[in-house]
Parts: sequence; C-alpha cells; structure tokens
Amino acid sequence: MALASPQRPIAELRRYLERVEGHGREQGEVLPFGVAAIDTLLPHGGLARGHLHEAIEGGAASQYAGLATLYVAGILARMRGPVLWCLRGRDLFAPALARVGLHPDRVIFCETWKDRDVLPTMEEGLKCGGLAGVVGEVSCLSLNASRRLQLCAGESGVTALIIRRWHNLAEKNATGEPNAAATRWRIAPHPSPATGFDGLPRQHWQLDLLRVRGGEPHSWIVEACDATGHLALPAALADRSAAASEQRRAATG
Amino acid sequence: MTAIMQGQRRIIAGVDAASAQLDLSCGMTVTHAQSLIPDLQVIEAAPEEDEAALIRLALWCIKYSPLVTPNPPDGIFIDVAGSAHLFQGEAALVADLCKRLKAEGITAKAALADTAGCAWALARYGEAQIVSPGRGSDAVASLPVAALRLTPPTVSSLSDVGIERIAQLASKPRGSLRTRFGAEVLLRLDQALGNANEPLPSLLPPEVPRAELRFAEPVGDPDDLKRVIEKLANKLCHDLEARGIGARRLDLVFVRVDNIAQAARIGLSRPYREPKHLAKLLAERLVVIDPGFGIETASLTASWVEAVVERQTIGRHIGADGSQHDVSQLVDTLGVRLGESNVFRVSPVESLLPERAMRRIPALHPTEGLAWPSNLPRPARLFLQPEKVEAVAELPDHPPRMFIWRKARHRVAKADGPERIHGEWWISDGETKLVRDYYRVETADGTRYWLFRDGPTEQGGSWWLHGVGDA
Repeated sequence: MALASPQRPIAELRRYLERVEGHGREQGEVLPFGVAAIDTLLPHGGLARGHLHEAIEGGAASQYAGLATLYVAGILARMRGPVLWCLRGRDLFAPALARVGLHPDRVIFCETWKDRDVLPTMEEGLKCGGLAGVVGEVSCLSLNASRRLQLCAGESGVTALIIRRWHNLAEKNATGEPNAAATRWRIAPHPSPATGFDGLPRQHWQLDLLRVRGGEPHSWIVEACDATGHLALPAALADRSAAASEQRRAATG
Repeated sequence: MTAIMQGQRRIIAGVDAASAQLDLSCGMTVTHAQSLIPDLQVIEAAPEEDEAALIRLALWCIKYSPLVTPNPPDGIFIDVAGSAHLFQGEAALVADLCKRLKAEGITAKAALADTAGCAWALARYGEAQIVSPGRGSDAVASLPVAALRLTPPTVSSLSDVGIERIAQLASKPRGSLRTRFGAEVLLRLDQALGNANEPLPSLLPPEVPRAELRFAEPVGDPDDLKRVIEKLANKLCHDLEARGIGARRLDLVFVRVDNIAQAARIGLSRPYREPKHLAKLLAERLVVIDPGFGIETASLTASWVEAVVERQTIGRHIGADGSQHDVSQLVDTLGVRLGESNVFRVSPVESLLPERAMRRIPALHPTEGLAWPSNLPRPARLFLQPEKVEAVAELPDHPPRMFIWRKARHRVAKADGPERIHGEWWISDGETKLVRDYYRVETADGTRYWLFRDGPTEQGGSWWLHGVGDA
C-alpha cells in the first residue's frame, strides 16, 4: 500500500537529519564577530560554535603564523571558559595572547612536536565538554583527521580551531587541500594607513573567508584584534565596504 | 668501621670513607687494623639492624618505581622501566636518586642497565652510570668476574685458571665451564648479559591500598588486560572510598608466567577514586607492558594516597570569568600521554627581557590572576634565538630604513621605538652591559617585525630580528 501522504515522512526525515547533523543541538549557536559586515555574510550571523575552523596565514612571515595566532586568540578571548592550546614548537609568545584579551589563566598548553601528537591531543580536548575551545597548530590536516575533529567538536559543542603551520614548500602547498572544516580563513598583513605622527597604528589585516559551509567566500580589510579580541572595520574603509555589501545584496536580491 | 665475629676471628665488617682512606678493608682482622691505626674506633656490627635499615631504604625507593627489591647486604634493585617517564627520563631519575641519598648522608653508587646483573656489576665495579639499551655486554666486558655476583671461592678458582675478566669468561665454551665451575657461573653470566631472566621478588609496601587478581589461565590479549585493569580499579576504588582517601600515584604490576614483573606507574594531579578515570589513564600506559607468554597475577597499588576533599577547588578556577569547569581529568589524561611537564600553564614573570617574561607552571596550579602588562607591544611568535639581520638606519638612534633577513630585502615603511631594555644585572655579571633597543617596524607590504639593536651603532651594535606577528 502506498503512503497516503509522502510529505509528512519527508519532513520528519529532514528534521531528523538536521538533528543528526547538529547533534541534537539548537542550530545557530554562534559567536558573532561584532562587525556587521562580517557577521551578515556568515550563516546564522557568526562563527559556528562546536565546529572546526581553520586559520591560514598569508604574507611574508606566514611561516610563523603570528597573525593567525592572534586571530584565533581573539576569537577565544570572546568566549568563556578554559582553552586547550596544542603547541607544535616553542615559539608562541604568551604575552601577545593577553594583549588580545586571552588571559593566561584560561589557557592550558600542551607541548608536542609532531602533527601525529597534536591531533589526538586535540581530540581528547574536544571530548571534554567544559572547554571553550581547543587550538591545534598543525602542518597537515587530512580529510579524515578533520572529519574526526569536526565530529568530536559537534558532539561536545567545543569549538576546534586549527592554526596551519608550515616548514617547507610542500607543507605550504598542502594548506590549499580540502578538509572538513566549517570555515577556512586566511589572515594576511595589509599596510596600515599613513599617520601624521611617528609610531604605528593598529595593524590592518586582509581577512579572507576562503571557504564557509552554507555561505559565500568574501574578503575584508580589518583592523587587528583589540584588547578584547574584537576586530573592527577601518574608519576610512567602513563606508566603502558597507556600500559594497549593499550593492551585492541589491544584485542578488 | 664496624667489626663482626667470624668463627674465632674478629674481622672488619664495614668501613666508612675515613677508614677506607687509611687502607682498611672488609675482611681484615681487627687486631691487624688496630696495629696499623692505634686509636681506631671500632663499633660492633649489627647485621639484623643493617638489613632492617636496607628494607626501610628500599621502601623509600618505591617513590621511584613500584618494583623495588632489596639485595642484602648493601644493594637495592629498582626496576624503573615503567616509571622513568615521571622523572623526565632515566638520567634525571638516577641524578635525583643520588642527590637525595647524598643529602641524607648515605654514600651510594647507582648504575642503570638492561639487566639487574649488569647494573649490579657496574654499580660496584664499573665506571658508566647509565648504559644505553643493548650495550650491557660491552659495558661489563672489561670488569672482573667478581662483578658477576659469584662467591669468593668461585672467583678464586676462576682466577687459578687465568680467567679474570668477564669477556674472557664469556668467550669460553659453556659445556666445560659448567662441568668445571658449576651452573651458577653460567647463570650469573647469562643474567648479566640478558640471556637469562632474573625474577626479582619486589617489596610490598605494608598498609597501602592494594587490589590483586590471580588468573588460572595466563592473560595476554590487550582487550583482556583492559578488562583486568577495570576490575582492579573497581576493587581498589572501593577500598579507597572506605578509607576516605584518593590515589595520587598508582602502580600497576603484572607478573608474567616466567615470573618477571612488569610495571606501569601513573601520577595524578589530585587524589582520585573514580574507577573509570583511573582505568582509562592506566590503559594509556599499557603500551609499556610486554605480556610475553601471558600474565598470571595483576595488582594495582595506590602507593601515594591523600585525603579526598569532596569538593575539589583546584582546577575549577581556570575560567578567568569564574566559570566552573573541572579540567583536571583532561590534564591527567594528557599528562600521562604526553608527559606531565608537557602539559602546563604559563605565568607572567616580572622581567623586562622578553625571553624571561613567562614561566611554566603546573596546569592545575591555582590561578594567580596575574596578566602581562597590556601596554607593552609584543609579537605573537618569539624566536628562540634572535636572528641576525643586516639593517641600515638613517641616523644612529633611528629605526632601520631597510633590513635583509634570510636573503630577502625588506623596506621599512613605518616604525615605532625604541623601547630600551636593560639586562638584569642582579641575575648575572655578564648582563650589566646588556642593552637592547627594540623597534616595531612595518614593511611596505604591511608585515610587522620586532627588531632590536644590541648597542649603539657607533659602538658596533648589530641588528637582530626577535619576533613576528605584532598586534
């Protein structure tokens, strides 16, 4: 006997799938950047918690991923709770984390030297529901490894953040390979505007959203994280960027 | 020195360092010694008390490993295979042990090798303190045969036929050695060289919580061992709960069918008695266990216990905003897997030198609420060694116009500085003259670098790159 109404089981199935994908969690639990130009382009208006996000650095000193570090620290500074940071080397300078609002008391560091130690350590951290986020510095992130991390993050609701490091050209090229991260960001230095006086203004970044699940890639010029981990649009550019996004919305709508 | 009766003669039983300098040695008659040194102080030896003291010392050594065997009259075997990781390696463990014994006024010699026999030989006759795995036979080759724990008559009969060194003994045909000198010589030789197992009955500390399982059939499958651990943990935790204490250190000992004991030890950041958590941590250490042909007896001992404060406060303050999260289980798990010293938090240090600005503290150390001064610009990545760069500045005290780092030329567009940092003369004399002028510079493409000059240009100061990733 054919089903009287196929619509109902399909709708139920959809809801079931949503529940499975969101691991029974309310969809749209996000961390907004507090910058309208960025938030409006992200699904649900912010960085999805309980997902895997990836930060890659561009520019002349990209090998050290200093800006990606600050970007990730800025995200964590806006969350609450302890953080597990899986190091791969000894060059992280913790005082800089405090400058973007990540208090040292919140961060537990794990020092490892190889990707194959970082990834299981991250997984262990992601299973610990009390954490705000788990950061891992890795040079290679395979599709399978990223799926595992994404799965663990989804189950516990802990946000996983990957900082890509590279030590040779092959590893640098590998940063372009696909993986299961919900978003992939590239942070590159951008010349800061000329000031009339001596000294350095807040650094400017070119922030590229290279990939986002359920959204479109986009680029912004932003001012680096402030003491509370917030990015900002440069005053001179704020109008132009807003105008550009208005135009795009008009074009699509 | 101490003296003891042997038959009708009164002989020297033990000498201290001062007597040894006067050429006195064990086995000399007391009358002979007194004729050499008229005002010799002689104390009656008390072998029973000596042995009791040795056992007390051995119990103290359980701090280093669960497998400790007193070897009267003057030795202690410690099997550190499953516990050296808690001391950052074997060398550090031996150094710590010697230091503490010395501080207690105990003259001791320590040696670490693959086999108990080899370590015994080296501690008494050898030079090397730590023999790397597989090098035991080279290390003992040139030692006298007495180093094989042979009885004096055997040693002298070996020397009668010209065998003085272990290498000579090892090169002789085994059959004739056995017929001439008995099986003991071969056994001791094999035990030292690792060709024969030597079961060492380990000392059981009295009155500590302990759970034990014996099996009718040997167990060897990793999954079965995990179940064994769970059972032991359940039993032990029951006992701990009844006593109102928790374990700070756990020793898992497996005795194999060939009577060889294998141990794994874990340290805990706070007293625990949750069987699930403990079983998980112990299972992580199963890799160090070689079940061989199977395990006959398994035991779990809580060799260091502390009272459990029901509401643990430590580890719950890590959220700076007062949020309540217990991360101590995570810290323990990672500590067992990566080594305790590799899981840490950092704390600010009041030092102007960037390389001294932070120190590591244990991950569950109570929070201090200290933060770094937020007005000091610091890079996100600090090089372990500053890298020398070629830089050109327009005027002596100005930031560089351009610099060459790793063969690439960087033109400086904007700069900030100098921030002058003086050496900390109270730490070392060499630092009195240390002066660094730090500059933050931004190149034409927007990348920021943290450079310093280690002295005024006219005095030959050179430029160094110390970090990248400026906020």
